[in-house]
Amino acid sequence: MFQRILIANRGEIACRIIDTARRLGVDTVAVFSDADADSRHVALADRAVRIGPSPAAESYLNAWAILDAARTTGAQAIHPGYGFLSENPDFSDAVTQAGLAFIGPSAAAIRAMGIKDAAKALMERAGVPVVPGYHGEDQSPERLAAEAGRIGYPVLIKAVAGGGGKGMRRVDDPVRFPEALAAARREAQNAFGNDAVLIEKYVATPRHIEVQVFGDGTRAVHLFERDCSLQRRHQKVIEEAPAPGMPDDMRQAMGSAAVRAAEAIGYSGAGTVEFIVDASDGLRADRFWFMEMNTRLQVEHSVTEAITGLDLVEWQLRVAAGEPLPLQQEDLTIRGHAVEARLYAEDVSAGFLPATGRLSRLRFPEGVRIETGVREGDAITPWYDPMIAKLIAHGPTRGAALDRLARALAGTQVAGCTTNLAFLSALLAQPDFRAGRLDTGLIERDLPTLTQAASPPPEATAFAALAAADPDAGPLAGFHFWTPLTHRVALRRGDEAVTAQVTILADRATVTLDDHTLEATRRGDRWQVGASDFDLLAEPDRITVFAGPLGTHVFAIPDPLDRETAAAGADVTLSPMPGLVRALFVAPGQEVRRGDTLAVVEAMKMEHALTASRDGIVAEVLAGEGAQVEAGAPLIRLEPADG
Amino acid sequence: MRLKTHAQHGSETFKANRAAHLALLRQARDAAEAAAQGGGPQARERHVARGKLLPRDRVANLLDAGSPFLEIGATAAHGMYDNAAPGAGLIAGVGRVHGLDVMVVANDATVKGGTYYPMTVKKHLRAQEIAEECHLPCVYLVDSGGANLPNQDEVFPDRDHFGRIFYNQARMSAKGIPQIAAVMGSCTAGGAYVPAMSDVSIIVRNQGTIFLAGPPLVRAATGEVVSAEDLGGADVHTRLSGVADYLAEDDLHALALARRAVLSLNRSARPLPAGTPPAHDPEDLLGIVPADLRTQYDIREVIARVVDGSDFDEFKARFGETLVTGFAQVMGQPVGIVANNGVLFSESAQKGAHFIELCSQRQIPLVFLQNITGFMVGRRYENEGIARHGAKMVTAVATTAVPKVTLIVGGSFGAGNYGMAGRAYSPRFLWTWPNSRISVMGGEQAAGVLATVRRDGIERAGGQWSPDEEAEFKRPTQEMFDRQSHPLYASARLWDDGVIDPRKTREVLALSLSAALNAPQESTRFGVFRM
Repeated sequence: MFQRILIANRGEIACRIIDTARRLGVDTVAVFSDADADSRHVALADRAVRIGPSPAAESYLNAWAILDAARTTGAQAIHPGYGFLSENPDFSDAVTQAGLAFIGPSAAAIRAMGIKDAAKALMERAGVPVVPGYHGEDQSPERLAAEAGRIGYPVLIKAVAGGGGKGMRRVDDPVRFPEALAAARREAQNAFGNDAVLIEKYVATPRHIEVQVFGDGTRAVHLFERDCSLQRRHQKVIEEAPAPGMPDDMRQAMGSAAVRAAEAIGYSGAGTVEFIVDASDGLRADRFWFMEMNTRLQVEHSVTEAITGLDLVEWQLRVAAGEPLPLQQEDLTIRGHAVEARLYAEDVSAGFLPATGRLSRLRFPEGVRIETGVREGDAITPWYDPMIAKLIAHGPTRGAALDRLARALAGTQVAGCTTNLAFLSALLAQPDFRAGRLDTGLIERDLPTLTQAASPPPEATAFAALAAADPDAGPLAGFHFWTPLTHRVALRRGDEAVTAQVTILADRATVTLDDHTLEATRRGDRWQVGASDFDLLAEPDRITVFAGPLGTHVFAIPDPLDRETAAAGADVTLSPMPGLVRALFVAPGQEVRRGDTLAVVEAMKMEHALTASRDGIVAEVLAGEGAQVEAGAPLIRLEPADG
Repeated sequence: MRLKTHAQHGSETFKANRAAHLALLRQARDAAEAAAQGGGPQARERHVARGKLLPRDRVANLLDAGSPFLEIGATAAHGMYDNAAPGAGLIAGVGRVHGLDVMVVANDATVKGGTYYPMTVKKHLRAQEIAEECHLPCVYLVDSGGANLPNQDEVFPDRDHFGRIFYNQARMSAKGIPQIAAVMGSCTAGGAYVPAMSDVSIIVRNQGTIFLAGPPLVRAATGEVVSAEDLGGADVHTRLSGVADYLAEDDLHALALARRAVLSLNRSARPLPAGTPPAHDPEDLLGIVPADLRTQYDIREVIARVVDGSDFDEFKARFGETLVTGFAQVMGQPVGIVANNGVLFSESAQKGAHFIELCSQRQIPLVFLQNITGFMVGRRYENEGIARHGAKMVTAVATTAVPKVTLIVGGSFGAGNYGMAGRAYSPRFLWTWPNSRISVMGGEQAAGVLATVRRDGIERAGGQWSPDEEAEFKRPTQEMFDRQSHPLYASARLWDDGVIDPRKTREVLALSLSAALNAPQESTRFGVFRM
């Protein structure tokens, strides 16, 4: 076993690798960019080396800096994690040439799987089923159209060098083929600098099922399958193992095919063989086809670990250190069911845009495995993947695992950053998914329902109002003689103004909302509203209420002093003092925006720029350039822009 | 030592007392709730329709959420001016802004346009008096048309009339007691000086106006035609005249600015008082305190339901037993308690003077629990010099520099009122229970005195006066005394700061003391004691 390894990655995977290395007594060296100087993986590692500024291209993708860090720290091996340089054969080569071990497959194996059509041809030869298609060199539109006809519509046009859905087109009708082809080529050229495409059968009711394999360079075993059909734009959202409804014969067939694939390229270490499965008729042993092989550890490896009871990173380290595979195929069994959710900093309502922010609260409940690269107080920066954590639940049955994960999500508290938490919960509750009827189109089909922002329960609003009001406590709180005073609390939820009336009496409060009146009681610093005992985080400008299964709700506290005063106003711009009109920048009829400079008046050897007090149209210019004007003399009159 | 109680919860007397007190409380509550409704539903609707907050909502949103509000004169002008001025058209009291005690004075424009009736002036001045004595920053929420013209003779000319408001503002400002005004409506004529005399003033756009003479008067005087907004609106005063310092967009903005102004005073927040609750339930007060003032009861039962842990260090318990004196804490604040337990004798008065001296030396605030029919009368007592001993107590009460808070829990008659820090003795606060009575003497006694004089006259002229005639003669006097000694009658005239629920006595005293302790403690210099 190695004495010291360097982890050429960041975030949760770096932390995850450090965990196992530490358990095995292996020293860890972390690398970090400027943005990550105070991050969790740096704190966890035995040593940490700065490898460059924040952009990934100058840090985590900087092979030279990473190798240099490995040399200076005396690391014997480099774990690339996933993403970044993990599937870069040149990096694998460079590591080996530097006399270090690369914890992953050989450069040759990576290359063999790197180009999709070559990989498919290779797999076809190895007896791995591939999707009917055309992967030929002849890229003439006529030939491609003919092949599409042979395969049978609907077909998919895909970029040979593609990924992430770029350069991909579904064609249902031969008439549409030429224009779709042209579009796919354009995209492929733009994205990958290579406009070669391949044609494939389009699979209806497709499921994404992948098989975890492990090779020692010659022989390989498989660690069963994972179902990653819950995807959005090819981004996996929830993964589980085993695949729901998987018959034994199909598992057998897929496992063998995956092992054949790994062995065909002399695979060493952890890899994943991805298959597309036609589930339109249930899962059948003759309806899966090779898609691609990921020559690295994957994000979702944890669900495999959960059902096999193994530590895949440990396996990676052992194999890379030259040890044999820890177990043989017949030793491997599935225990229970595991499901993983990826908690992301993203704004679901804004089309899943990545979000950033400081995690003023980050707490997870017990009962699930959490893999995370951030701590409470850390920031999600715009520099890297905005994943906050993976939550992995394991249970004796699929239902139990899903329930456990749902509970965990309900108990997860994140503040300071918009997350997909509610979306994940909605997905877990989606009836088709619950019933095991899933396919890669499920999310997209049900998106409006899944992304519907839940309104806060009135109790949550009451909690927020009480926290924002921050009332005096103690026996004298809210003391009055006969008529209580009612305090108005103004909040905002997104664009919506929320007003609550709060009346305090010692350790009790009444909160009146538009259509609800709620009673609350106070114990120490905490309120209880009705029977609800929500947790919350109060920050100066916002309250985040964690309403468990009813969601996380953020209420902004508007600054009551932050009002547009004196601005929205005067139609007439006046000279502030006696002086000379030095310059005029507008003419009648001209449209101006608030803050635009309209004129310059020179007085007392100083030039005073006069700006528009609001948006509008110049109605009149009342003084000429060079004119001597008195204090308060009208210079320019505006009229509203909308007439 | 923890006081013991002899309350008999199940007894008929207890139940009857409780029922009687609840009825009295309902009367007081009705009066206060009616006052809180200001000028009635129509006036309130008109007010709100203008985008203005109701005065109580203004007060609520000026103060910290959950701030206690020690309101004064809640039922001022009750039953006066044909009930035209509920609450005297003014809300005043001590509350907290950013943890600082402040005196809030808010006009209620739903009551005759917020104009000043005589009682309005008196309430305003009383609020200022408290603020000055307690060093409380003043926040004026102005929305008033100025003096109530039909009552001008009782509002304008005298020392304690309208002009005194601005005199007080100037004097307080000079003492470093901040004066802050938010003009949220009219602020006409003399009223214009409220913001102008303030250290900091705020005015609400399109709503607040400040002028010495409004447009109609200007037109009458000079013929100039000008709108209220151009004459003295928010824009004018914040941009041109400098009469106001901050421009607010609406009421809530103005209140936020006023809160910010308090934050900028550079004063430290004070924690709210708290302390061990009494060992005996204050709720029992209603059953323990006799409904009939003539029934004697042990005042310690009250003390036991007011002070922290019912813990009372009784001073000189065996001497002058009709006055109970001793040390205790009210919500963590040390106090010396002086409480009547019967008619005052020479010994009781000497003991009282002694105890007040002690508290003055130690700078312990005094709480007076008044239930007094007066000093003992009769030859023996006059001859032993009860007036001399009474004078000692009155001198001590009048000249001590420690804050005094007085609560009338029963009768307040005659010279007893003086010795027990009645209104004339400037306690920082004076509160009354709904069962209390205040007059120079009891109605029966007064009628008796007058009847005796009358009978003497009739008999001297050789006439006859039948018992029926005498009863008929006494009735109006007795009725007048009954009416005028009623706590709501008293409170309407601001002889006190308010009628309170006996069950809230502890909180009221705690807040009163806490407010009073904002002012630096002064050392006492007593007058000559007649020894």
